[in-house]
Amino acid sequence: MAGTGASDRRPLSPHLQVYKPMLSMMMSIIHRVTGAALYFGTFLLVWWLVAAAAGPEYFDFVNGLYGSWFGRIILFGYTWALLHHMIGGIRHFIWDTGRGFELETVEWMSKAAPVASVALTVAVWIIAYIVR
Amino acid sequence: MVEFTLPKNSQVQPGKAWPKPDGKRLKEFRVYRWNPDDGSNPQLDTYHVDLDECGPMILDAIIKIKNEQDPTLTFRRSCREGICGSCAMNIDGTNTLACTKGIDEVDGPVKIYPLPHMPVVKDLVPDMTRFYAQHRSIEPWLKTLSPQPTREWAQSKDDREKLDGLYECILCACCSTSCPSYWWNGDRYLGPAILLQAYRWLIDSRDEATGERLDNLEDPFRLYRCHTIMNCSKACPKGLNPAKAIAEIKKMMVERRV
Repeated sequence: MAGTGASDRRPLSPHLQVYKPMLSMMMSIIHRVTGAALYFGTFLLVWWLVAAAAGPEYFDFVNGLYGSWFGRIILFGYTWALLHHMIGGIRHFIWDTGRGFELETVEWMSKAAPVASVALTVAVWIIAYIVR
Repeated sequence: MVEFTLPKNSQVQPGKAWPKPDGKRLKEFRVYRWNPDDGSNPQLDTYHVDLDECGPMILDAIIKIKNEQDPTLTFRRSCREGICGSCAMNIDGTNTLACTKGIDEVDGPVKIYPLPHMPVVKDLVPDMTRFYAQHRSIEPWLKTLSPQPTREWAQSKDDREKLDGLYECILCACCSTSCPSYWWNGDRYLGPAILLQAYRWLIDSRDEATGERLDNLEDPFRLYRCHTIMNCSKACPKGLNPAKAIAEIKKMMVERRV
């Protein structure tokens, strides 16, 4: 259709700008964002392991960073991203079997995922502090 | 490609506020306007309709605006009962049919845009060329190899039931144009409506081209750009579930390999 005059100048109708944000759509976006965050988290894990291999002094340095209040906030975020992405993955696994497509089920799973991921994250940290 | 913002020529500007008619129960409508002839950007015009003098549906209101206030307002409509799919548009933030959406379902001003992420021909009329070409690409007709029966191609009741929830699709494109994957990759991803149609032929017991049809869909984009965002099934004005149909196609892809 290119080069036919009027159609070249046709505007693109609004999309993200006007579409009503819905929980299921938001969960899909968060699944992507947490997935991307896991690359960063994996880098943190690798750095920690490399530091352990590099020797006690360097390990103490990296471990100290991770143990600082700021490091712990980052690690808390990483824990949440990991658990949230895992729960999202389970949701996708259920969908891959052809189940869970009823709109009520989708809505329920969209609400349950963030609740479960936050609860699990807090639980993991409480356990970690207890066993430390 | 993912582009979150609109191109320069597509950004919506404030538009004209049309004079209010007389009446007690005035409802505000903000409608997307674009005229190919005047060279300016799209704009959002404001109209008011007296609900005491208007039918119950959004379509009734925009027909009334066209008849009584602004004859240049352009939109598609035909059956006014949810079977032709012509009046699909974005109303109050979701895609639906103007003829089956009640005015009283919308709180506050009713915002009306064309179907999202489509080239606009004029006002609420999108260019559907690509959508129809994609439908053509899945060859939406019965394909057989067996000799033609002397009468019709017979089908058991159970096999016929498998088409329920699929044959009702009116190809209004509400689902496809609600899908972010279709927004970003509509040139290569077929989108929910076309994939639901593809599944309708894949599970038809009379069709004998299942393998060929699956081969045609086995592609990183045509089928697998579906990320189960679920906007499609939420938008469908006929209550169908394109996301489930797509999941069933993905299952068929796996099953034929094991």
